[in-house]
Amino acid sequence: MSTKVQLEIFEGPLDLLLHLIKKNEVSITDIPIATITEQYLAALELMESLDLDVAGEFLVMAATLIHIKSRMLLPAGDDAEPDEDEGADPRAELVRRLMEYQRYKEAAAELEQREVLTRDVFVRASGPTEEAAPREFREVSVLELLEALKRVIDRLPKDVVHEVLLEKITVRERMTVLLDKLRHDSRMHFEALFAGVRSRLEIVVTFLAMLELVKVRAIRIFQDQPGGDIVIEAAAGMDEAAERVVLDEAEEDQHGA
Amino acid sequence: MEREELKSVIESLLFVADGPQTLQRFGELLDQVDRQAIRDILSELQADYENQNRGVRLVEVAGGYQLRTAKANADWVKKFLGGRPARMSKATLETLAIVAYRQPITKAEVEAIRGVDVDGVLTTLLDRNLIRAVARKDVPGRPFLYGTTAEFLQLFNLKDLSHLPTLKEMEEISLPEIPGDLLPVDILEES
Repeated sequence: MSTKVQLEIFEGPLDLLLHLIKKNEVSITDIPIATITEQYLAALELMESLDLDVAGEFLVMAATLIHIKSRMLLPAGDDAEPDEDEGADPRAELVRRLMEYQRYKEAAAELEQREVLTRDVFVRASGPTEEAAPREFREVSVLELLEALKRVIDRLPKDVVHEVLLEKITVRERMTVLLDKLRHDSRMHFEALFAGVRSRLEIVVTFLAMLELVKVRAIRIFQDQPGGDIVIEAAAGMDEAAERVVLDEAEEDQHGA
Repeated sequence: MEREELKSVIESLLFVADGPQTLQRFGELLDQVDRQAIRDILSELQADYENQNRGVRLVEVAGGYQLRTAKANADWVKKFLGGRPARMSKATLETLAIVAYRQPITKAEVEAIRGVDVDGVLTTLLDRNLIRAVARKDVPGRPFLYGTTAEFLQLFNLKDLSHLPTLKEMEEISLPEIPGDLLPVDILEES
């Protein structure tokens, strides 16, 4: 655990490079690549010796630096790599990335200096409403969801029906149906989602639709206690998500046509 | 309605309002009153709080008007409310800045700028409702495109996105301030 914390001292290879550039008081547009590469590698070695888990991105950057360094050693105009612009500074791409990253780093610092809500300024606490009653719902684990799904499937009539009907149910359709249900009752039981559902396929598609809605943050899934009832609830962003679902659907219809 | 009365009414509305309220909302409620008059009164209230150095200020934020405490009183208010606000890590803040300035943007595009994986950070931002998926990009895999929310504007006291601090031009960029209290600086020099 502690290793993770230590590594975050540098947000990434670009952050480490900017640190080295500043420390050496050199210009970002004219990086002494040999020196910086050497110090960068030393930093990686140090991280490793401290038993820090050096992320892959740091190693990719190390390779990039070494590559640039080797290209800088080639005499100018030497056509060793004919596919690249002759005379182009091998550092150019790195400089561009560093400057871009630096730009957003500064933007982040500026944002932080603004009057930040709940740090510098505060708004009136909203008064108690009936709905603000303590909610003792906890998040549901994937395993519990799957168990609940299995219960629904198990409840299907066991008799084997031999009639083959090609049903066309899409996840997107189901998403729209679920959203409509939730707009009606903003909270419902997991099993109520499957009311009236008759086939295994329909159950699975409904389940997938529910997962998709969780992913786009239209709904949230809770449980009152471990092993208890699973509750689906409309999230704050539901209507926006619903709009997107409809838009995507229209778009797909167009492509399909 | 008399002007002074109207001003008093609007102040009451601002006091009870939950979240920033738009000019339109006031206009719909006070439908006999000219929008411009409402706007003038809001500006007047804003100036009153400011000039009298009051403990609350009327700010224009996230497309509406909201009463907020004066920044100078932050420490007292914090003490009174207790609890600590969730601090935002550097990684989270940087990622948020990239999304804010470059929206709509995909995860891969954010990662290209930061040079690191941003999975966890994006989840944090989504959970805090500071960013949201706004669409899908029309490229293979149809990745989500992310943008900032009204909560983002509220958090940083922004009237709208056009009020984001101007990004510096590449040429103006100075070198970064590195916080001095972090581990590697000295150790690096020795190695």
